[in-house]
Amino acid sequence: MQEKSWKPWALLGPALSAVFFLLVVPVCFIVVYSFWLRAPTGADIPAFQFGNYAKFFADFFYPSILIRTIRVSLETVALCLIMGYIPAYFFYQSQTKFKSLLLLLIMLPFWISFIIRTMSWINILGDTGLINYFLIKAGMLSKPLGMLYNEGSVLMGLIQYLLPFMILNIYVSLEGIDKSLIEAARSMGCTEWQAFKEVTLPLSLPGVSAGCLLVFVLTAGTYLPPMILGGPGNEMIANLIFKRVIGTLDWPFGSAISVMLLTLLVVIVWTYNRYLGIGQIFKSLQ
Amino acid sequence: MENITSSPAVQLRGVFKRFDNVVAVEKMDLDISEGSLMTLLGPSGCGKTTILRMIAGLETPTEGDILIKGKRVNDTPIHKRNLGMIFQNYALFPHKTIFDNVAFGLKYRHVPKSDMKNKVFKALEMVRLPGVENRMPSQLSGGQQQRIALARAIVIEPDVLLMDEPLSALDENLREEMRREIDNLQRMLGVTTVFVTHDQREALSMSDKIVVMKDGLKQQEGGPEEVYNYPANHFVADFLGHSNFFNGEVVGLENKQVRVKANEGNEFIVESPGNWTVGARIELVIRAQKFKVFYKNQQPPEGSVNLLIGRIKDRSYMGGEVSYFVELETGTVIHAIDMAKLKPFRRGEDVGIQVAPRDCSLLSKTNGSA
Ligand SMILES: Nc1ncnc2c1ncn2[C@@H]1O[C@H](COP(=O)(O)OP(=O)(O)O)[C@@H](O)[C@H]1O
Ligand SMILES: [Mg+2]
Repeated sequence: MQEKSWKPWALLGPALSAVFFLLVVPVCFIVVYSFWLRAPTGADIPAFQFGNYAKFFADFFYPSILIRTIRVSLETVALCLIMGYIPAYFFYQSQTKFKSLLLLLIMLPFWISFIIRTMSWINILGDTGLINYFLIKAGMLSKPLGMLYNEGSVLMGLIQYLLPFMILNIYVSLEGIDKSLIEAARSMGCTEWQAFKEVTLPLSLPGVSAGCLLVFVLTAGTYLPPMILGGPGNEMIANLIFKRVIGTLDWPFGSAISVMLLTLLVVIVWTYNRYLGIGQIFKSLQ
Repeated sequence: MENITSSPAVQLRGVFKRFDNVVAVEKMDLDISEGSLMTLLGPSGCGKTTILRMIAGLETPTEGDILIKGKRVNDTPIHKRNLGMIFQNYALFPHKTIFDNVAFGLKYRHVPKSDMKNKVFKALEMVRLPGVENRMPSQLSGGQQQRIALARAIVIEPDVLLMDEPLSALDENLREEMRREIDNLQRMLGVTTVFVTHDQREALSMSDKIVVMKDGLKQQEGGPEEVYNYPANHFVADFLGHSNFFNGEVVGLENKQVRVKANEGNEFIVESPGNWTVGARIELVIRAQKFKVFYKNQQPPEGSVNLLIGRIKDRSYMGGEVSYFVELETGTVIHAIDMAKLKPFRRGEDVGIQVAPRDCSLLSKTNGSA
């Protein structure tokens, strides 16, 4: 009994200390920083005051960025869901021997730097980019169409980054569905589409909800696509943090915004867990 | 109308099925008569499931026709075939209650709500599981889940019930109970059934007709007693029960009895209905269960016919019976299964073994069996 009680902890030790030093400690630092004062000279003064938070809510400027972040995240989730379910279902259905190769191809973008992948959209959507070039060459346009630096191009960048996560999550969930369930449904009178609605779709929901949560959290915390592909009106909360911390070196205010983003995400994950059950999601992955 | 009812419920005519370069089923002809239970029996990979899936419409035959109630169904999709299917792993919908599982087929047949309820409750009663309708499948045991699967399949009154190794996921003692349940229900409802198994006991105990298969080819077709007692070839004799095989030739014919000499030297008298000629190469088949085992100097039960003397080389006690391996003076080892006596013979004991002429069968060696 004695042996049993310490062994798991000893085995978990390295992982737990990594989580502690690389995650918990930095987060604590951020929380502490968010209460500090910033002198006009630029020096950070240790303090315990809520000025940074008050500043965030002082006018509608900062909260509106937070609201935009949530809206863009939800849009990304919806688009990834629609664009991800179809290929995931295709992989699940396909009988090909090259299934693992296809899945590898889904991961291929991860081997290329995120910045390069995001920048490459400039060459596709830009004024002298691929699409405009061909449309003008074909005589369908007289001057380039402005496709960059708006919410559409930001979403494009976000989707190309996050779609693989959605596809893989849904795929894993679909792969866990026993095909004889679908055959049973068919034998009892379902068309292919009805069997999909009755069996495949409901049983793939754990993967769908895991994918949605992951995409939402990652979108809400990302800053590169809005920075590279967005205009001034497409800033998201992470861009704001980036600007405060890296741009103006205003650590206390940057930390306060970070804490607010973190709180928001914790609330969302908690609610999700409460109503959809994250335990259920992990169960489906086993 | 009379014509339709007298034609078999399910027919396969010259059916072939190829997957890429694997031939799963070869020139299969089957007639399954209305209300009967036919078993497809054979080792794993012999094409049983493929046949079942072709009848269901989950696979299309490469060649040949499949008829249900006299109508060609090759191009009828599965959901229009009015089938009941039972799978090895139960295949209950894990996200639906037992009620919704059983009512599933009725829903797609647009059965009104009140009828649906009655039918579901009646089906649950038939499989002796009333009152579980609000539970989820995961709350039932394996045997119970398979009974729900059965209820779900029969509630729609299918033209054909298809079962693919429905008992193999259950543990031994439950299997026997479930087997009898399926047997009774099938007879009570009179639903035409195709049952797939690799277990000869299941096949022998519940079938009206057994089709023994090997490598996609039908080996023999007939009632359980017929295929057991009169195997058509070496494979069937070997697959059903434990058999002893002796290669040899016919050395004499005496009023309906054939005298054969095994290559090892032993002579046997065989009662065989076939027409045999002296000098014909044959294979003699004797079921292990047909041998009697007794003390060497005891009076043999059948006189002096087919009497062999040997020594117990190996034995395994199986409760009701004992399996002996008896080594003869010629070095031949014979497998004999006899009723367990109070004190079974031990290893090294000298015994007499005997088989009656009517319990031996002969296979012709001319059309080259394995
Ligand atoms: N979908 C398939 N693709 C390729 N080969 C298959 C497929 N289904 C079955 N086979 C092959 O067909 C043969 C018969 O299989 P099956 O009907 O499942 O046998 P059984 O049910 O008697 O064990 C096997 O050799 C199997 O490998
Ligand atoms: Mg099979």
